[in-house]
Amino acid sequence: MTRIRFHQELEELKHRILAMAGMAEQAVDLAVEAYTERDLGLCQRVLTNEAAINRAEREVDEFAIDLLAMQQPMAIDLRFILAVIKINADLERVGDQAVNIVQRVMNMIELAPAELPVDIPAMAARARAMVRDALRAFIEGDPELARHVLVADDEIDRMNKEAFAALSACMQSKPDWAAQALDALSIARNLERVADHATNIAEDVIFWIRGADVRHGAGQSLAGS
Amino acid sequence: MSTAVEVRNLKAWFGPTEALHGIDMSIASTHATAVIGPSGCGKSTFIRCLNRMHETNPEARAEGEVKIGGMDIYGVPAVDVRRRVGMVFQKANPFPTMSIYDNVAAGLKLNGMRDRRVLDEVVEHSLQQAALWEEVKDVLKKKSGASLSGGQQQRLCIARSLAVDPEVLLMDEPASALDPISTAKIEDLIFELKQKLTIVIVTHNMQQASRVAEFTGFFLMGSLVEFDRTEKIFTNPSDKRTEDYITGRFG
Repeated sequence: MTRIRFHQELEELKHRILAMAGMAEQAVDLAVEAYTERDLGLCQRVLTNEAAINRAEREVDEFAIDLLAMQQPMAIDLRFILAVIKINADLERVGDQAVNIVQRVMNMIELAPAELPVDIPAMAARARAMVRDALRAFIEGDPELARHVLVADDEIDRMNKEAFAALSACMQSKPDWAAQALDALSIARNLERVADHATNIAEDVIFWIRGADVRHGAGQSLAGS
Repeated sequence: MSTAVEVRNLKAWFGPTEALHGIDMSIASTHATAVIGPSGCGKSTFIRCLNRMHETNPEARAEGEVKIGGMDIYGVPAVDVRRRVGMVFQKANPFPTMSIYDNVAAGLKLNGMRDRRVLDEVVEHSLQQAALWEEVKDVLKKKSGASLSGGQQQRLCIARSLAVDPEVLLMDEPASALDPISTAKIEDLIFELKQKLTIVIVTHNMQQASRVAEFTGFFLMGSLVEFDRTEKIFTNPSDKRTEDYITGRFG
C-alpha cells in the first residue's frame, strides 16, 4: 500500500460525514417526537442543532475539496469524494426538513388537537429506515443494500399520496381542522423529501462502488447487477 | 476513427529476459494515447519498439507485428521507419554545437535536402508548430540549441522531429524534467499537434495522462493490463490492478 496518508484522510472524511449523518438523523427523530408529544422543547432543540449541522456541512465540504486539490484522487477514490460531497448536501437538506417539520409542529401546538387521518409516525419510520439503510450501504460499501433503498422510495411516495388524499378530504369535511390538516400535509411532504434524500444517498453509494450513474432511473440494470 | 499504429503480439527481449509479453494495441490516428505503469513495466520498451529504437541496444530484439499506415515497420529499413515516427525523450537532447536553425534542419539535411528556401520554410513552420518560433526567431543562427532553457530545448527537439513531417510522434516522459510552466506548454503543444499527427506519450504523471490523452494503456510487468478511453481508465477502470495502481494502492 502506498499513499498511506491519503487513504487515512479518506477514512477521516468518512468519519466526518458519518458524524454529520448522526446529527441529521437525530434531527428527524426529534422532529417526529416533537410532533407526537406536541413538545415545544424538542422543537427548540431541532432549531438549535441546525447550526451545528450547517457547520458540519461546511467542514466536510472543505475537507473534501482540500483532498481533491491536494491529492488529485483517481477512480474509486475520486468517486468516493464526489459521493461524499453530494451525500453531505443531502444530509444538510435532511436537517432542513427536520426544521420545516418542527416549524409546522410549533404551529400545531398553538392549535387545538385534532384527530387527523394520517399516520405521521409510520411515514417517519419508513423514511428513517431508508436513511438508515442508505447510510449503512455507505458505511459497508454495499450497492445491493443501496438498491433496496431505491425500491423503498415508491412505498413512501404512495404513503404521501394517500396522506394528501385523506387530509384534503378532512379539510373539506371538517373545516375547523383545516389548519392542522394543512400542517400535517406539509409534514408528510417533508418526510417524503427525507426519503428522497435517502434515495439520492443510495444512488451516490452505487456511483461510488460501481461507477454507475443510476439517477433518474438511468442504468437500472447496472443498479441491479 | 482510423488506426495509425496497429500492434499485434509484440514481444521484446533484453538478452534472455522477455520484457514485453505479446502486446496487442490499436492506436487511434490523430489522437494522443498515453502509456502508464510502474517503473520497469515495459512502457518505454513498448514505444521504443514502435520506431525500432529498441533494437539499437545490441542485446535487444523484438518480435511481432507493428504496422504504421499499413506498413510493417519490421519489413523496411529502420531509417525509413524513423522518418515516419519521430521521438522525443525525457531529457532534451539538442545537438549542442549546432545553431537552433541547424538543429531543426538536421533531419532534412540528412535526407539530402539542400534547397535553402525549402529549409527556411520548414524550419520556421516546425518551430511555429512547436510553439518556439516567437521566442527564437531573432537568434536562429546566432544561438546554439544548448543555450536555450530546458523547456525551450524540449520544444526544439519536438520541432526537430516535426521537420521531417512524421505521422506519429513518440514522447517518452517529455515533461518529467520540466517546471510546471514548461510542462503546460508541452501539454498545450500536444493538443495542437494531435490535430494533424498521432501521439503516443509515456508518462509517470497520471494527471498529465488524463489531461492530454484520449486513450490510456496501463502496463504491468510487460503486459498491457487495460487499454481504454482515458476518462474510463481514471474514473472507473475495469481491472482491479489498474485501479490499485492509479489510486496508489500499489506501485
